[in-house]
Amino acid sequence: MRESHLITGATLPNGERADILVQNGLIAKVGTVTDAAGATVVDGDGLIALPGLVDLHTHLREPGYEQSETVLTGTQAAAAGGFTAVFAMANTFPVADTAGVVEQEASLGRAAGYATVQPIGAVTVGLKGAELAELGAMARSRANVRVFSDDGFCVSDPLLMRRALEYVKAFDGVIAQHAQEPRLTEGAQMNEGALSGELGLTGWPAVAEESIIARDVLLAEHVGSRLHVCHVSTAGSVEVIRWAKARGIDVTAEVTPHHLLLTEDLVAGYDPRFKVNPPLRRTEDVQALRAALADGTIDIVATDHAPHPVEAKESEWDAAANGMVGLESALAVVHAAVVETGLMGWADVARVLSEAPARIGRLRGHGGALVAGSPAELTLYDPSAASAFDLDRLAGRSTNSPYLGRTLPGAVVATFHSGYPTYLDGVLRPADEVAQRAAEAREDAHG
Amino acid sequence: MRHLLSTRDLERPEAIGLLDVAEDMAAVQEREVKKLPTLRGKTVVNLFFEDSTRTRISFEAAAKRLSADVINFSAKGSSVSKGESLKDTAQTLQAMGADGVVIRHHASGAPQTLATSGWIDAGVVNAGDGTHEHPTQALLDAFTLRRRLHGRASRGRGLDGTRVVIVGDILHSRVARSNVWLLTTLGAEVELVGPPTLMPVDTSAWPARIGYDLDAALDEVPDAVMMLRIQAERMHAAYFPNSREYARIWGLDDARFDRLPPTTMVMHPGPMNRGLEIAARAADSPQSTVREQVANGVSVRMAALYLLLSGERGES
Repeated sequence: MRESHLITGATLPNGERADILVQNGLIAKVGTVTDAAGATVVDGDGLIALPGLVDLHTHLREPGYEQSETVLTGTQAAAAGGFTAVFAMANTFPVADTAGVVEQEASLGRAAGYATVQPIGAVTVGLKGAELAELGAMARSRANVRVFSDDGFCVSDPLLMRRALEYVKAFDGVIAQHAQEPRLTEGAQMNEGALSGELGLTGWPAVAEESIIARDVLLAEHVGSRLHVCHVSTAGSVEVIRWAKARGIDVTAEVTPHHLLLTEDLVAGYDPRFKVNPPLRRTEDVQALRAALADGTIDIVATDHAPHPVEAKESEWDAAANGMVGLESALAVVHAAVVETGLMGWADVARVLSEAPARIGRLRGHGGALVAGSPAELTLYDPSAASAFDLDRLAGRSTNSPYLGRTLPGAVVATFHSGYPTYLDGVLRPADEVAQRAAEAREDAHG
Repeated sequence: MRHLLSTRDLERPEAIGLLDVAEDMAAVQEREVKKLPTLRGKTVVNLFFEDSTRTRISFEAAAKRLSADVINFSAKGSSVSKGESLKDTAQTLQAMGADGVVIRHHASGAPQTLATSGWIDAGVVNAGDGTHEHPTQALLDAFTLRRRLHGRASRGRGLDGTRVVIVGDILHSRVARSNVWLLTTLGAEVELVGPPTLMPVDTSAWPARIGYDLDAALDEVPDAVMMLRIQAERMHAAYFPNSREYARIWGLDDARFDRLPPTTMVMHPGPMNRGLEIAARAADSPQSTVREQVANGVSVRMAALYLLLSGERGES
């Protein structure tokens, strides 16, 4: 008999208060629980209970860039952020463009036990944009890949993009496009506009994103395929996606937490913590992205968690790496951007950070409602724990967070994955304990 | 003054004060012994990540005439070209006891990063960063304008009502940016002229008029026309078709030069492409301020180093 947990008096996404009994890897009961002798009690008073968060866009860096992050440390960051599943992007070294690499990533994730690691496969060999990777082999591997992306690079060749969209229909796959016209963004350093002109930084024009999205939704319509757009960052992109959805095109889209909260004004001090691709945009873009998330034009929030070692950010702006860590701060940032502003409620948050990303990625066992009998993947969040976001809140290997020193409105208190806690009372559970619980859970599943 | 990073954040009294100190320095340059003891015992490092012999020797002359010790650190052929970071270079200079660092860098914002990172205590002078700013160039341009307009009565004055047209590659020009901020702070009116491809996409916040027609700008008889250097590599990135077409439409050729009255100054930050953005006759005319600009550059840089490095560091 494994340890069971009774969460008392938590608030469900629909606003109801309930006890939640977690037993044998499942949510055993939701409501008023009186028969839970022997269960470890977690005081849920004042906490929001959400289905375990699912990130469709994480960079775990292993294999190849273990100085930035590993599958273990990246999933620890996920657990600290309330995530129970992460989709690992393909830009590792070697690139995740074969069945062998994606199976290795998935198995490292299982062994670590902090979260489900669902690998994303590369669209093209080595992310080079020249020939298709073995999409079918990755789909049929034990890693069961359904999402394919060259993220970091755009599949800019229109013929290759068309073929990729068509080909993955054979196994219900989706192409997640990093929409960035490469010729329009050569040497680009920040959003192109008044500020880039003043700072003398090469501009990354909104049209470089919008033109690729426009092309891709038309291609998806033409071949009847499913398209997902990564990290939408401009008001114009929102308009294109809104048009495509109205037309019935099978497109989904994500926005990052940082594009929902931060603007290009932060670039003015040339602090590379704020250097990210796509770049931070204008206030008008932030407002449009928030509205699009609230009205469903944008389906999900995905972190684009992009760890980098200290030296990659301690430099002049041009030489610094693009990217921000985002797993640990995502929920609090979404809280600040769309809940505190009255645009969305907690049920909407559960949709955009759990249910919809699991559905887009065809990931089983995640994203379901908190009801008896469903897998015990859940997160407890304290929405009244406003505090300065500091290094203690970061659980991954890298510290390139744009929020350090900024006050965020709440904090993750606990995360349960496969029925056991990975993060409890604001503290990460130890790696050996979590690995042990994960092994037991696998035995139960197979026994 | 703690650092000189941009003209954007120079207040008018501060800018006029610096130009007035430069007048004092210019007076010293007219003496037989051109050297002042002011910065004796101070070390100034010329940290150049980009080749620029003119700017470097101008700063070197300025520092030496103030009796500072000068170290020239060229990134080419040094550890920097082998991958040493700006941070390590800065900490090396710190360990050697640099009091002032004059930095030229290909990345916009690098001087600000150097000044605000905490890697180094030295005062930082921006000697040109990427396509951002080149504040001492703008100061020497303002100094040159003021002297030509007001002569010995320059001290204490701004450039109120002076009309300056800056022509060429505004998009990539740190000289244009620094001049837009400084000249307008001093009361001048600035018009920027060039092909639309070489203008920033959004200049709505710039205190300058934007035009594409050089002839129309010259018809208004400006007090000065500043021609910017056109880089040959721009042609290959489709900014304009070729140098002949550029010279025909945006070059200060003989015909355009002949239309200007003798009171209109012709300025160029150098080095010039004769026959491209500026015809030889214009460059060598009495209206041309090119050689004065070079001489004034030393005075202005002396003033900047003096204000940064004399007295207690850390005072504003």
